[in-house]
Amino acid sequence: MEPVRVLIVDDEEELASALEERLNLRGFQARGVTTGAEALTHLEETPCDVVLLDVKMPGLGGLEVIKKIKNHYPNLEVILLTGHGSAQDAERGMELGAYDYLMKPVKIEVLSQLLVSAAAQNEGEEP
Amino acid sequence: MPEDVNQNLGPEEEELISDRRYHRTFIASVLAVSIVAIIPLLIMTGTTYRQYRTVFDAEMTRPMVRFTTNGKQSLESFLSEHISALTMVIRERSFEELQENRTLERVLMNLKQAFGGFIDLGVIDEDGIQLSYVGPYELEGVNYEESIWFHEVIMRGVHVSDVFMGHRNFPHFVIAIRHDLGAGHQFVLRATIDTDVLNRLVQSLVIQPHGDAFIINRDSILQTPSQFNGDILERSLLPGLPHSTQTELVELEAQNGESLIVACAPIERSSFRLVLLRPSSALPTDWLNLRRELGIFLVISIILILGVIIGGSVWMIRRMQEADRLRALCYHKMEYTNKMESLGRMSAGVAHEINNPLSIITEKAGLMKDLLQLSDKMPPREKLVELVNSVIKSADRCGGITHRLLGFAKHMQVKHENVDLDLLLREVLGFLEKEAEYRSIYVDFQFPELQPTVSSDRGQLQQVFLNILNNAFAAVDDGGHIVIGVTHDGANMVAVSIADDGIGVPEENLARIFDPFFTTKKGAGTGLGLSITYGIIEKLGGNITVESTVGEGTCFTVTLPKGHTVD
Repeated sequence: MEPVRVLIVDDEEELASALEERLNLRGFQARGVTTGAEALTHLEETPCDVVLLDVKMPGLGGLEVIKKIKNHYPNLEVILLTGHGSAQDAERGMELGAYDYLMKPVKIEVLSQLLVSAAAQNEGEEP
Repeated sequence: MPEDVNQNLGPEEEELISDRRYHRTFIASVLAVSIVAIIPLLIMTGTTYRQYRTVFDAEMTRPMVRFTTNGKQSLESFLSEHISALTMVIRERSFEELQENRTLERVLMNLKQAFGGFIDLGVIDEDGIQLSYVGPYELEGVNYEESIWFHEVIMRGVHVSDVFMGHRNFPHFVIAIRHDLGAGHQFVLRATIDTDVLNRLVQSLVIQPHGDAFIINRDSILQTPSQFNGDILERSLLPGLPHSTQTELVELEAQNGESLIVACAPIERSSFRLVLLRPSSALPTDWLNLRRELGIFLVISIILILGVIIGGSVWMIRRMQEADRLRALCYHKMEYTNKMESLGRMSAGVAHEINNPLSIITEKAGLMKDLLQLSDKMPPREKLVELVNSVIKSADRCGGITHRLLGFAKHMQVKHENVDLDLLLREVLGFLEKEAEYRSIYVDFQFPELQPTVSSDRGQLQQVFLNILNNAFAAVDDGGHIVIGVTHDGANMVAVSIADDGIGVPEENLARIFDPFFTTKKGAGTGLGLSITYGIIEKLGGNITVESTVGEGTCFTVTLPKGHTVD
């Protein structure tokens, strides 16, 4: 079975890198980037199964990024990462087509499971 | 909201509802209303008293004037009668006839019968020698040439003497009439009159009770006896009686201090003056009753007015005190609500901000655990150190955030101190840093080289600038600009301006921007933020102004008292 390809987008570089490593240790093929623009460039170059996207980011915010992703890759699943007090943004993200959202800090087991089920949603479909 | 907030009013609110202030207001109110109410009452009562007094005085003096005038007429008639009788005798009888004692005796008898009071009669020639005399004494041949009365009668034609005792040792007076015989010759007819007639006439004029009546001469010597003012031929005990040619009424004080009403009238053709008097205290009962009633009316009215004024003022002051207390409490609650709102807003920001380092800690620690559990071999030492450092760094970040929040919370109590504006503004902005970052809002600080401090309350200033900055953040679009400028405003003030390039405020809203409950954020704002900001700045001895142009931006300028300069 192919590993699930995950793109982690979070402006906190250390968070992105830690998640990247932890997911890789769990058999995912994860890659972390720190800006929305970087994420969109990465998607153009490398196919991906699920995007783990932080809502609040300087520059191109999470909601802008999800709009662009859904425009270009309608089948690519996006899981949102939100802080406390950003529930409204998460709801807005769900309306824009997010698969689900998680509150920071996340439990790695819950995240792994969610990534797997999101990837399963689009199994067989290439972005 | 905790219960103790209600009791925890600031010094300004305490001053507003202090007892001393209400005491002053109470005194001022009672005095002002009393003056307005009591002075017209006093004037009205005084005027009424004076008018009644005038009426009663007239009522009392009118009979005195009438009695005196009647008495004067009676006395003048008495004298005229006697003078006319003597004139008639002198015209009817020749000088020669009158020199005969028999004729003279008959004439005296006729006069006694017709008029009464005549005691004797004598004829004196132009040299003052008494030629004939009829009466109880031997006076024939007596020479009156040196007597004053003789000179008087020769000169004036008629003479009425003062009362005197004479040789006869009983009070009497003399009427003498000159008659011209032609060719420069003349003689005098002289009659002595008993004062009994005068006495009776005068006594009939006494106004009872406590009244007195008498006659005095021009030297104030009593010509008839007086009940209270001395005996006949003594000097009157009353000083300062008028010498008018008409009946005159005066108020005098007797030697015993009693106030008297005195009427005085001169008797023509003599030196006599008729005097009638009565004590002022003998006022009519009606007047005394009226005066008492007026007094009672005045006292009761004043007591009632003062009672109503004091009662009303106490009630009014209590209502005022209660209203002020409620207002102060309400304002305090509003301020507290705003502070809590700010804190809530900040807490949300802080929670969000703290989430990121917390997530990093979770993930880094989780990674360490993963490396230890999931890898077959021991992870490299450097890797573990790097992860631990990362955890420590993130924990420090959390510490910084909580420190800032605590810093804000601990300034809830009002305390004046020297506040470094640069530091304070950066602290406040710290709460909005992430929002600025996410929304790409550019915040520029423009501080003078010599950084000013202000003497103020740190906690309240934080609230003020957080309110204004929150408004600025709400006004600008993503990517907007906010400029925080600090300048010296004269020698004693510092001006802090917070300008944004946001949507601006229409002119009609600008005038109401500091009004409580005025808001344009439909459903999102309480309308208290700027009103409370305004209140706090006023309390801190400062001032806030706003300028705005729709589409260009808004600038709030807060002026605060300067503290000590930072070296």
